[in-house]
Amino acid sequence: MFQAMIHFSPTDLQAMALSARVAFTATLVSIPFGFAVSYVLVFSPLPGKTLLNGLVSLPLVLPPVVVGYLLLLSLGNHGWLGEWLADMGIHIIFTWKAAVIASMVIGFPLLVRSISIGMEDIDDRLIQASCTLGARWYDTLFTVILPLSARAIVAGATLMFARSLGEFGATIVLAGNIPGVTQTIPLAIFDYTSTPGGDRMALGLCLVSIGLALTVLVFNEGLIKRFRRGAHR
Amino acid sequence: MTLEVSLEKQLGDFAFASEFSVQSRRVGVFGPSGSGKSTLMHMLAGLLKPDRGFIRLDGEILFDGSSKVNRSSEKRRVGVVFQHAHLFPHMGVWRNLLYGYKRTPKQQRRVDPQSLVEVLNLGPLLDRGTGTLSGGERQRVALGRTVLSCPRLILMDEPLNGLDENLKYQIIPYLKKVFAEFEIPFMFISHSLNEMRLMTDQVLEFADGRLCAQTSAHRLALHRMETSQTGYMNLLELRDPRPQNGLFVYRWGNQDFILTAGGEAPIGMFELSSREITLFKKHPEATSARNLLHCKVKKVFDVGNRVGVELDCNGQHLVSQVVHDAVRDLGLQVGGEIIAVIKASAFRRLY
Repeated sequence: MFQAMIHFSPTDLQAMALSARVAFTATLVSIPFGFAVSYVLVFSPLPGKTLLNGLVSLPLVLPPVVVGYLLLLSLGNHGWLGEWLADMGIHIIFTWKAAVIASMVIGFPLLVRSISIGMEDIDDRLIQASCTLGARWYDTLFTVILPLSARAIVAGATLMFARSLGEFGATIVLAGNIPGVTQTIPLAIFDYTSTPGGDRMALGLCLVSIGLALTVLVFNEGLIKRFRRGAHR
Repeated sequence: MTLEVSLEKQLGDFAFASEFSVQSRRVGVFGPSGSGKSTLMHMLAGLLKPDRGFIRLDGEILFDGSSKVNRSSEKRRVGVVFQHAHLFPHMGVWRNLLYGYKRTPKQQRRVDPQSLVEVLNLGPLLDRGTGTLSGGERQRVALGRTVLSCPRLILMDEPLNGLDENLKYQIIPYLKKVFAEFEIPFMFISHSLNEMRLMTDQVLEFADGRLCAQTSAHRLALHRMETSQTGYMNLLELRDPRPQNGLFVYRWGNQDFILTAGGEAPIGMFELSSREITLFKKHPEATSARNLLHCKVKKVFDVGNRVGVELDCNGQHLVSQVVHDAVRDLGLQVGGEIIAVIKASAFRRLY
């Protein structure tokens, strides 16, 4: 039975590659934003931080379908952002980019939460020390806060990557389920489960999902251990 | 250095309000915890914004509430040595040391890293990570890091507080050496009278957020003799130790002291309480105490239910204490001759 599972169809293979590509791109693009938003949330004296925090965390508690639908409304051809992008010749919805954006919005709160927790752990007095030693805020940001948040960034990125691999609800609304174009592993599994006799293939893809997730977690543990050793040199 | 300060700050229930002007290169800020020492330090360093007032360092305005001037920490050139060092954990010792130096414009760099490493004896630590350093080593690195940023004034917030009682005083020679060598004015914040006396000339004494006295370390010590059960601590710098029958003989001016505690170092700092100095009218025939000094009475002053006696021993000074009846029995008067008797074990070595 297992041997039969090895023979994935070309669209299945494309789904795997696309899943990896979407999750990877979404995570990579989000990291700078996640770091910036966490910095503002933790260190800036701005009022209205609670509101910002709420907005960022919203996708975590909303049904992904709702997020996908709202994105579709704004990024669609008649949406406020979609029209503007269309004028510049950029089409998002029903392309792989839409899958990336859906993953970014859904996974962003996980990234920000993880980085914020790491940043809150940084001793304020280290930042005061760097200020009194003549470092401007951006200097402190890159030479003290960034390296000391590295572990939290890796942890957050891992979490977001794993979440993106499994993203379904927002993706199917915003990017559709087009085999070879926007069909990621979860969408392919969804297709198989609604096709008679597709159970075996669905299970095969499930195993691939589990494998990918495990790989990411193991990789993440290794990185975090390395950072921990680094900190106690 | 001239530092003029007039500051007010409300922090919850605690109110800080003080005004002073100091000109010394070695200033102490003395007071119990909660007296506003740290609040003052944070405001001077630009880490806490005062409600009202001004800070002027060598004529330059660092903060002025009325004209809304508030120089940021990184531009004040006021260095801080924190109580717990706060070394950057993701950098090694060498990178920590150079952090401020690299951010100092070339024309302002007055301290050479190599000579600083020598003065603070940091050579063996340079390749180490900060996690493996002892408390004293961390504090030395933190001091070096601040000195290398070439500030106009260094604030030290109880830098010896986190250290072992025995190690505490071993840092002091390093502190003294660094500040003498590189001529940087400093403000030393502490609640320890001994530290004040070893490190500073002028002392600002704080209580409940207010400046209650601006005095010298010596006068502060005499003043506090009244309330202290341990009496006045004579701090003696003794030199050239040589062993003798298991004891140590140290030079003190042109006379010798015999001590039970001692070491190899050519100069040692010792503490001797005024309570441990017994006064005799005439030279006793024999005594168990090993040190007998011929002294002149320089001053006799009341301290509560006791009397302080300042002695001149061949040009060196000691403060002893007796009770009122003893003054009468000994016939103590200024200019009179007296014998001071001190046991060899009465000295406590600080460093």
